[in-house]
Amino acid sequence: MARREVSRKTLLTVTAVFIAAVAGLTLALKGSTGLQWIVSGLTVGSIYALVAMGFSVIYSSTRVINFAQGEFSMLGGMLMYSIYMRAGLPLPLAFLVSVLIVTLIGAGLERATIHPLRNQSVISVIIVTIGLAIFIRATAKLIWGSEPVKVASFTGDKPLRFLGASIVPQSFWVFGLTLLAFVLVFLFFDRTLLGKGMRAAAANPDAASLMGISSSTSSLVAWTMAAALGAAAGIVIAPINFAYYYAGTMLGLKGFTAAILGGLGSASGAVVGGLLLGVLETIVAGVFPSGYKSAVAFVILILVLLIRPEGLLGRSEGVKV
Amino acid sequence: MLRVEKLSTFYGNIQALRDVTLRARRGNITTIIGANGAGKTTLLRTVSGLNRARHGLVIYEDRDITSEPPDRIVRGGISMVPQGRQVFAEMTVAENLELGAYTRRRGERAEVASDLDMVLELFPVLADRKRQSAGTLSGGEQQMLAVGRALMSRPRLLMLDEPSMGLAPKVIQSIFKTLHSLHEQGLTILLVEQDAKIALETADYGYVMRTGKVALEGPADELLENEEVRRIYLG
Ligand SMILES: Nc1ncnc2c1ncn2[C@@H]1O[C@H](COP(=O)(O)OP(=O)(O)OP(=O)(O)O)[C@@H](O)[C@H]1O
Ligand SMILES: [Mg+2]
Repeated sequence: MARREVSRKTLLTVTAVFIAAVAGLTLALKGSTGLQWIVSGLTVGSIYALVAMGFSVIYSSTRVINFAQGEFSMLGGMLMYSIYMRAGLPLPLAFLVSVLIVTLIGAGLERATIHPLRNQSVISVIIVTIGLAIFIRATAKLIWGSEPVKVASFTGDKPLRFLGASIVPQSFWVFGLTLLAFVLVFLFFDRTLLGKGMRAAAANPDAASLMGISSSTSSLVAWTMAAALGAAAGIVIAPINFAYYYAGTMLGLKGFTAAILGGLGSASGAVVGGLLLGVLETIVAGVFPSGYKSAVAFVILILVLLIRPEGLLGRSEGVKV
Repeated sequence: MLRVEKLSTFYGNIQALRDVTLRARRGNITTIIGANGAGKTTLLRTVSGLNRARHGLVIYEDRDITSEPPDRIVRGGISMVPQGRQVFAEMTVAENLELGAYTRRRGERAEVASDLDMVLELFPVLADRKRQSAGTLSGGEQQMLAVGRALMSRPRLLMLDEPSMGLAPKVIQSIFKTLHSLHEQGLTILLVEQDAKIALETADYGYVMRTGKVALEGPADELLENEEVRRIYLG
């Protein structure tokens, strides 16, 4: 079946023009309200980007789509609540401990449930991740109940004024953390031998195995990173959204959409996809009745899968010789 | 050094290897020749752990490695240059070589650096193209990179799958000259080839595979004279 090829360059140009048009129109028509939407959109979009990076890291190393990715964020938020709000540990320590616990859970789950399936088909592993999501959610409900809980902002709630828009300080934590995470992920894959090995394994698993790069190690590292990224996202967004046992489901779906939109397997794609989705969602929520907001992600997901399944920055998988 | 005993490997229900028995002696170049689909690649892939044997044994330096994973086998000293080169196209030449040394310990930095110098001396063209991505190299250069990459793990047994594939005669000559000099430095080589002539001229001992079985074996110079080999493989 012949499919018309949309070139990467055209697509990126169209996307850039589209973003500029939407942002320009929003600002022109709505002024400071429009700016407000864009800032809020970038904030939530950063969170989607972090979750999307988690999806991408696991996908590129193992071809598995981890449907429990959102649950790592939920766990991060809930643990932050227990450790920071209830136990009263200082903020930096509470943050690190929460991330660490979720990271260990991610690594442990990989060894306990994914590693034993290493010779099974990818699809059976994906089904197991759906089971994991249900299991984590149920366990969280047992521990924390089903009431949403509030985590205090890291540095107060006094909004900053900027051209008539007000920005909550937590947004800056979100931006900073996303940037930091992106840089760390990039350096890991670009500079370390382990990271290069994982990239090699993603590009050509057999040749990588012949170098002695173990697919089992790659999988463990990928899950560990994905859990850490997810946890960080869940923790830093908890003061803006409430934390509760079901929060991971929607976040996972949004993160997945962002990853598909940007190109599954690409870290920069994850960031572009996340920010784009966040901004579009917020603008739609502002312009249309609120029910339409949740539809944005689904519409984008379906459109991308139909028109360009490899996403904006992704590459179609060519024939390997 | 390497002994393969009654090895059988399947792809689903298709049996690609049928009770293959052969050996590669220390310090020798051993070659396996045979037509398309004879099972040569499957044999090397089974030895290196990429494919699982259903029956039979792979014994390396008196150790049973039949069910070891590929990374253990590389660490044990067996390195393979896969069919079609399979360099990491998006990475640079330097990164490809660096990945070849993936299994080496941190404490071996100095040795790795000197092995890198050795590889770049063996293939000077790679030194000129260090920062270039491997996908931009010519076929011959990619083959040299694949060999160099395999040497970076400092193997005691080097297995090559059709290194001559798709290359010009001059390039083939130069690659086989390199194999010869590696052999003279004491490396044990197991060479799979479709080009029976150059393979048998280079090797000490040869096996002829047909439909998953060893059909014929003998010292390489005898096989070169063999009536059947001459008729079918040397044209
Ligand atoms: N991935 C696979 N799935 C199913 N059958 C396979 C697969 N790879 C190889 N085969 C079959 O196994 C048999 C042996 O193939 P193999 O690649 O080992 O042969 P070969 O001697 O290396 O051939 P060539 O000279 O073409 O490289 C062939 O019949 C082939 O069709
Ligand atoms: Mg072959």
